[in-house]
Formats: sequence, structure tokens, C-alpha cells
Amino acid sequence: MAKPKPDYLLFDRNTQAIVYGYQVKAVQRMLDFDYICRRETPSVAAIVAPTRSNGYHKCFWGNKEILIPIYRHFEEAVTKHPTADVMINFSSYRSAYPTTLEALEAETIRTIAIIAEGVPERYARKLVALSKQKKKWIIGPATVGAIAAGAFKIGNAAGTLENIIRCKLYRPGSVGFVSTSGGLFNELNNIISQATNGVFEGVAIGGDRYPGTTFIDHCLRYEANPDIKMIVLLGELGGTDEYEVIEAIKAGKITKPVVAWCIGTCAKLFASEVQFGHAGARAGSDRETADAKNNAFKEAGAIVPNSFDELRRVIRETFEELKAKGEIPEIEEPKVPPVPEDFATARAKGRVRRPTNFICTISDDRGEEATYVNVPISEVVEKGYSLGDVIGLLWLKCRLPKWASEFIEMCLKIVADHGPCVSGAHNAIVASRAGKDLVSSLVSGLLTIGPRFGGAIDGAAYYFRKFCNEGKSPRQMVDEMKAAGILIPGIGHRIKSVTNPDKRVELLKNYAKNNFPQTKYLNYALEVEKITTSKRGNLILNVDGCIGVLFVDMLNSCGFSPEEVDEIVEAGTLNAVFVLGRSIGLIGHILDQKRLKTPLYRHPWDDVLYAIEPARTVGK
Amino acid sequence: MAQRGIREYDAKRLLAQYLKKYMQGLSYDFKAALVTPETDWALLVKENPWLKKNKLVAKPDQLFGKRGKHGLVLVNATLDEVKSWIGERMGKEVTIGKITDALNCFLIEPFIPHDKEYYLAITTEREGDRIYMSAEGGMEIEEMWDKVNEVFIPILGDNKEVPKLIKKAIPKGIEEREKFAQFVELIYQFFVEYHFTYLEFNPFTIKHNLIYPLDAVARLDDTAYFECAEKWGDIEFPTPFGRRYTKEEAYIKQLDAKSGSSLKLTVLNPKGRIWTMVAGGGASVVYTDTISDLGGAQELGNYGEYSGNPTTDETYEYAKTILDLMTREKDPQGRPKILIIGGGIANFTDVAKTFDGIIKALDDYKKKLKEVNAKIYVRRGGPNYEKGLEKMKEAGSKLDLPIEVYGPETHMTRIVKLALEEK
Repeated sequence: MAKPKPDYLLFDRNTQAIVYGYQVKAVQRMLDFDYICRRETPSVAAIVAPTRSNGYHKCFWGNKEILIPIYRHFEEAVTKHPTADVMINFSSYRSAYPTTLEALEAETIRTIAIIAEGVPERYARKLVALSKQKKKWIIGPATVGAIAAGAFKIGNAAGTLENIIRCKLYRPGSVGFVSTSGGLFNELNNIISQATNGVFEGVAIGGDRYPGTTFIDHCLRYEANPDIKMIVLLGELGGTDEYEVIEAIKAGKITKPVVAWCIGTCAKLFASEVQFGHAGARAGSDRETADAKNNAFKEAGAIVPNSFDELRRVIRETFEELKAKGEIPEIEEPKVPPVPEDFATARAKGRVRRPTNFICTISDDRGEEATYVNVPISEVVEKGYSLGDVIGLLWLKCRLPKWASEFIEMCLKIVADHGPCVSGAHNAIVASRAGKDLVSSLVSGLLTIGPRFGGAIDGAAYYFRKFCNEGKSPRQMVDEMKAAGILIPGIGHRIKSVTNPDKRVELLKNYAKNNFPQTKYLNYALEVEKITTSKRGNLILNVDGCIGVLFVDMLNSCGFSPEEVDEIVEAGTLNAVFVLGRSIGLIGHILDQKRLKTPLYRHPWDDVLYAIEPARTVGK
Repeated sequence: MAQRGIREYDAKRLLAQYLKKYMQGLSYDFKAALVTPETDWALLVKENPWLKKNKLVAKPDQLFGKRGKHGLVLVNATLDEVKSWIGERMGKEVTIGKITDALNCFLIEPFIPHDKEYYLAITTEREGDRIYMSAEGGMEIEEMWDKVNEVFIPILGDNKEVPKLIKKAIPKGIEEREKFAQFVELIYQFFVEYHFTYLEFNPFTIKHNLIYPLDAVARLDDTAYFECAEKWGDIEFPTPFGRRYTKEEAYIKQLDAKSGSSLKLTVLNPKGRIWTMVAGGGASVVYTDTISDLGGAQELGNYGEYSGNPTTDETYEYAKTILDLMTREKDPQGRPKILIIGGGIANFTDVAKTFDGIIKALDDYKKKLKEVNAKIYVRRGGPNYEKGLEKMKEAGSKLDLPIEVYGPETHMTRIVKLALEEK
């Protein structure tokens, strides 16, 4: 157990936080800070992520990896991590109020940082009042957080590790500061580190009209903290919160030197009211102007520069004076352990390289919009690309001529379905009836596609192209295939014949003759058909064969080299036409079965020949 | 995002809607019509038949007060009189205090003869809300302030205590004390539930069971929109009187409204010589302060800021808008135009990413920037700043523009000095 902290200290080297919201970058930045501060424990005890399930988040601790528990509910995180007394609330302006309420109710939580901008004022005021009642601390809303140098930092405060190292925030100095702005918060880290021995603690109270804690709350803490020797305050126009500090200086409640500056001295230039970047930054009365506040600080005895430009100089002078009086202790500079750079950061900076494990040459989802090859999907739709064109892009990486993409679409339509009895549809139906989901049933059907079912397209393309390219006559092809004992793929039909031609084949042939620049392989296949049909009428070029040879004719006409065509055919592209087209029909059958609520299919006994013989004994 | 004024018309519309829902026996017979330059009178009369039946009151409804004192309230008039009265004033400029603007929106209501003029105002402060009540409202309320009673309602106060607190503070001279108390109580509830930050009825009167808010001033907390969208309905936040948005300001406002980041632009002087494009709500104010400290106030073209990690596209659009403004004309004395691309050391904004958008815009405007002899000064730190600054330098040489680039080692506002010393 950590030692209890004095009241004036919100954060020390043992402080742990519960981070509300899955903010992995902020968490990693906190852990990197912890690491260079040589903290013993990570400053993030747990993450609450209401849309995730309980589990762990993996992050770096130096060059090792550690796990930080994730909880769905804040309550559970608080119960399991009673030593965490800070809640860093990254929830949106919509839920910042209820989630902060929850944290205020949790006994073990003492400090809450609300990051969200745009929390309704009424809710902010309620949170302020409730936190005072419960003697708790709220930093924000609309803040980047706070930092206790060498001890603890909230979320993204102080920015990158490089900045933290440059500003020596890994070890405490003697200056406490408080600012409205989160952007200038970091600028102050920078200025103070250059002008003094460094920051002890800094808080950005947030630019809203009703911040949870104001300047005075933190200035009084700094006053009470013996390690802090001087205070820097950066306020702005609008509101009167700075006057509380002015009164405290006058009343002698703050005795340490205060360097104060309120930004927005330019507001007098604007004729009509301008809403500056912060919600609270609008001077309603003369008292709320930056000039009035700066004058009041000066009168109260604070050190006020003439401009922001001079801030660094007066901070340095104030510090040097304290040093001269011997009030500033010597700081022993610790050695900062190096933190390995994140791979992504290092790569972005061009410092490392790594071979990739995957290559993709057809599509890209990294830009504003995903592309097919280099065509954005919106263009695919707007310019009326057909399905055939998309197949051209994604399968063949080319912009096909219109006749070719139309041909591909024609093939898809033709092979889409062939009734429920073919093996693919049958399997899909049986799987669907067994209660399997659509994808499983579809895959069950697709798995039947191969050398005997639907595979003839590939085979036909291969053999007709081979014999034709080898300059062999159709007669030679028929003879050699017969001698090798191979049925010519794409030849033959169960019913259709020369006298009763297949309409689908007729359509394809006519389309090709009218639209293809040339049909070398179709012509060759038709010569082969003449020979085979002379033997038997039904040994015609069937639809698979026709698609196969025409696909090769198409590639040939489009200017693909023979080697490229080899590759395309061997990769199974033609088979893919059948797989893709037939998926339409298979899905149709599956949906049909689901619609009909068909029960489990069981094949009848009488349809099976049971021919069981006694088991053979083998071996010894 | 902050407290925003709404029209008197809307304040009354919301009140009527609220009372309808909650009041027992007490109500507000809301009759009001808005007239803008686009209004079709025939249609307006058709939708509001009472316009023909009643005597009417008309006044501008543009978020400024003291209308009576400026002779901008027409009382007890017929529809025809109202029409010509508004007709004479529509589009005309008037000066209220130091601010001049054109009249473009009028409110017409039935004229309510009354003897009693009560006062009610509710304000918000850190620890609670404050209700002000007086039996003697009207134009001279400031002079009669000693007759105003105050009730302070702590923000965590018990709701049941509110009626008691109000009852105790009902000022002397109010006739229907019971009803007055009930109205105030309901209006306070209305104030809370609708996320008002300011509400004033001065004066209002009560007759029988009806409340007549004769005048209303109201501000809403627009950050509560996510909760109040339905209650507020089609609410409009008119631009403050005297604050006319230029085309460019309106464009950035629209960009800001759509974005999760913050993008702000106020054009101060379209012929200005010095233009700023500064990241961060606080830093942008510091730059503006510094420019005015160094005597550049009269030459400053704009106030603006971008923050909260805007996308490359957003900074591109933002930068283009400013570059367009600054390159419209040359400096009459032939001096260079100055662009300050400033900012503090970002906590989490990706500097390189935001600079990508700015560089793209510089590229678009390189010719025009050269024509006005633009000199560009950059200072920034934060995540990925080295890369961002490097890109800026490269852009300078590639586009052949004079761009001086500084990082966090240089004091934030140093570039203002450098820029203003440039002759």
C-alpha cells in the first residue's frame, strides 16, 4: 500500500488512475511517461470500456509488454482497483455527466479529469458543487489534464515523449503552474523548463465557463506544497475566477511569488463581441477583460509581464531571485531510460524498415475510399461499371472492352443454376435442411465443384488450347485423347445433340461470332465437335466446353500473352466463373429451403443397396 | 459552443409549449408571428387569423434590448398600421448603443392592455441560479433595482425547497401573490429543464389564470442540444446584432458545426496586411495579443483558430478560405502580406497531418500569394512536428514561396516580431 498523500498533493509516484474510455494512445503515453520516470507501477490501473467485454489491453512498458485489465463497468473497476484514486474521463460530452457522477460516488476516487468539451453548463455546475461537497477534485471539463513531473500525468497532457524529455518533465522542478488553455499548458511546460529548474506540477483547468476546479484551488495547493517555490498562472479574458487568486495574494494566503498573465488583451480591438476559442473566453464586463485582470494582479503584488512575449523573461528573473536567496534546492539529474520508438512512429519518420508479409495488387482500402485496382468504388458505380467490368478489374487487373465484360456476365447468367438435382445444389439443400446457416450450406454445395461437377470449363480450355497451340489437327486431338484414355472435357451432353442443339451454346457461339475480334479456339473446338458428333449425335461441344474455349479466345483477343493465359487458366480463373455464377443458384436453393422450413433430410433405406460382407482379417 | 441568445419569439414559443404540458389551470395563450423580408403577409394572416381581430404590438426581434427607448416598439396598432410600420423599417439600419445593423426580423403579438408590469429574471452562476422578481418592472428596472427581490437556488438544492424559497421572496405590491409564485416556480423549472443560462421577462403581467410575457430576453446553453433537440424544436441562434457574418465566416462556421474539431474565423479587416492561421484556442489569442502589442492591430486581417486534431481536408478548406481573403488585393503601399502559421506545442494534434492540408492550400494559391508578395512564418511543436516542419520547408522551396519555419525551441510568438519587423 502506498503512503497516504498530503492534502496538497493530488499525484505522486504511486498514483494510479482508472481510464474511462478505450483511449489506447493516451494510455500508452501515460505508461511511457511512467517508464522514463522509473515508476515502479504503471499509472493506469484499469481501463473502463462500456462497449467492450471484460478482458485485457496489451501495451508497452519500455520494451516489454504488459496487460492492463479492461472492464465494462466502472463499478467493477473501482472495486477491483481500490488503490486507484484518479479517474480520467474520456467519455464524450453526452456521457461525461453521468460517468463523472458515478466516479464522484466511488469512495476510492479522489480526483477526476474530464476531457470532453461541450458538457452542458448546468451539469458542469452540479459536478462542481458535488465534488466540493465530497471534498474531491475535478480537473476540466474541456481540459487536456495535468502533470506532476516525475510522478504522474493525465492522458495526453504534455504531448509526446520527446517533448516530455525536452521539458525535463521526468523529474520535479520547483514551479507549480495553472493555465486555462490545454494548448498553452504545453507551451508553459516548455517556457518553465527553459527559464527555471523545471515544473513540479502543472494543471490545465479547461476553457469552459465553469471549470471543476479553478486557479485558486490549485494555487492554494501549490502554496501549501513545500517543494513548490513559485507559482505561474496563465488566465484569460472572461469570468472572474482570477480575482480569487488576486484576493488570496492580498489577504496573505498566497505568499510565494506568483507570475501571472491573462491573455486576450487584444479583445478591445473588436467592435462587436467575438467568441474566442474557449467557451468561457468572452468578457461580459470591464472586470472580466484581460487588461483589468492583469492590472489587478500587478496591484496585488503578483509579477506581471507586459506581454506574453515577456513571460519567459519574468519567470526566469523571479526564479533567479529565489535561487540567489538560496531557496531553490539542487536537483540531481536522473538518467532517463531510453524508450524504444514505436514502430509506426519510427516508420513514419523513415527510421526503420521491415519486409512485409503480404502483397496485394488488386485493391487498396487505405485512402479516403477503397479502390478496385485504382478505381474508387464510387466511380465504379457512378460511371456504370458492369459486374463483368468489376471482374475484369479484380480478377484480371484490367479494364475489359465492353464485348468481353458482357461475355463474362453472359457466362455467369448461364451457369447460375441447373436445378436442385445436380450435386452442388443437392448438397446445399441437404446442409440447409440440417439446420446449417447460409454460409455453411453454400460452402457444402461449392465443395462438390471439381473434376466431375462443373470442372469441365477448365479442362476444355486446357486441352483445346493445348492441341490447337501445338498445331495438331482436330483429328489428331481426338485420336491422341482416345489413346490416352481421356474423355475430352466439354464434349458430350446427356440429352442435347446435333439435331436438338443446346440453346445456351448457340447463344454463346453467336455472341462470340458477332462480337469477338476472333474465335480461334472456338473454331478449333467446333472442328473437333464435327468429328465426335460423327461418331455419336450427343457428343456435341457442351456449355462448359463452349465457355472454356471462348474465355481463352477472349483473353487472346484482349492481348494477353500465351504465358499470361497459361497462368490465368492454371490459377483456376475459368473454374471461378462457374463457382461465382453457380453461387447465385446455390444461395437461391438455400433461401428456398429456409423459406419452406424444410425439415432434416434423411435418405430412405430403400434407396440404398446394403451390401455388407464380413470384415476381412488382414495381417497377423 | 457556449451560451447563445435566442429570439424573443422562440423564448415565448418554448414557454408556451412547456406550460401547456405542465400547467394546471395556469396557461399562456401564445400568439406571435415573425416577419422577415421573405414573409408573405397573406400567408401570415391566413396562418394567424388573430392578426386581423386584435390590436397589435410590433417590435424588432434581433437580440437587442432597449427597443422602447429607441422608438422601436409599435403599440396598440391595427394590422395595416403594423404592416406599414414594419415596411418602413425593414432593411433599415439602426444604431443601438455603439452597434449599427440592419433590421431584418420583427415580432408581432396581440396588444395586451395591462396596469401591472412585473419583472422576472433568472441568471446562472457557479454555485447556483438566481431569481430576480419585482412588482415594478418595465423600462426603468435599473433605476428601481432596490425593489427587486432575489432568490438564490443552490445548484444541488432540493427541488422541494424551491417553491418555499420563492414564496418567501415574493415582492410587495404583487396582487395575485399565489399565482405569481406558481408562475415563477414553473418558469424556473422551465429554465432548468430547457438549459437556459439567462431568461428575463420584463415586463410581464398576470390576468386571471393567464400569464402575458410582454417582453422576453433569453440565452440557451447550446451544448445541451444533444438533450434538448426535441424540446427546443427548430431553434435558431441568430447572429448577435451588429455581427454580420461574411461569406467566409459563414463557411467556416458551417465547417465547424459539422466537425468534431474546432475551426473558428472572424474577419477583422478584409484589407488587412497580417493574417493568422493559428492552432489552439489559447495560442490564437496570444498571437492576436502579440500582434496588437507590436502595433499591428490596425493591419490585422483576422482572428481564428483550429484545434482538436482536425483532418487534413478540414485544414485544407480552412487554409484556402484564409489564403483567398489575404490574396484578394495587394498592399497599397507595396509591402509584403504576412501569413502567420502559428501554434503552441500540441498535446495530441498530429502536426504533419494538419500541415498537409495547409500545404495543399498554399499550392493552390501559390500564384496569388506571389502576386501579393506574401511572406509566411511558421512556428509549431507537438506530435510529428519535425516531419510537419520539414514538409513546410520543402513546400517553401518547391512552391518558391518565402516560408520561415521554427519549432518549439523558438518562443511561440517570436515569429510575430520577425514578421512585423519585415519591411
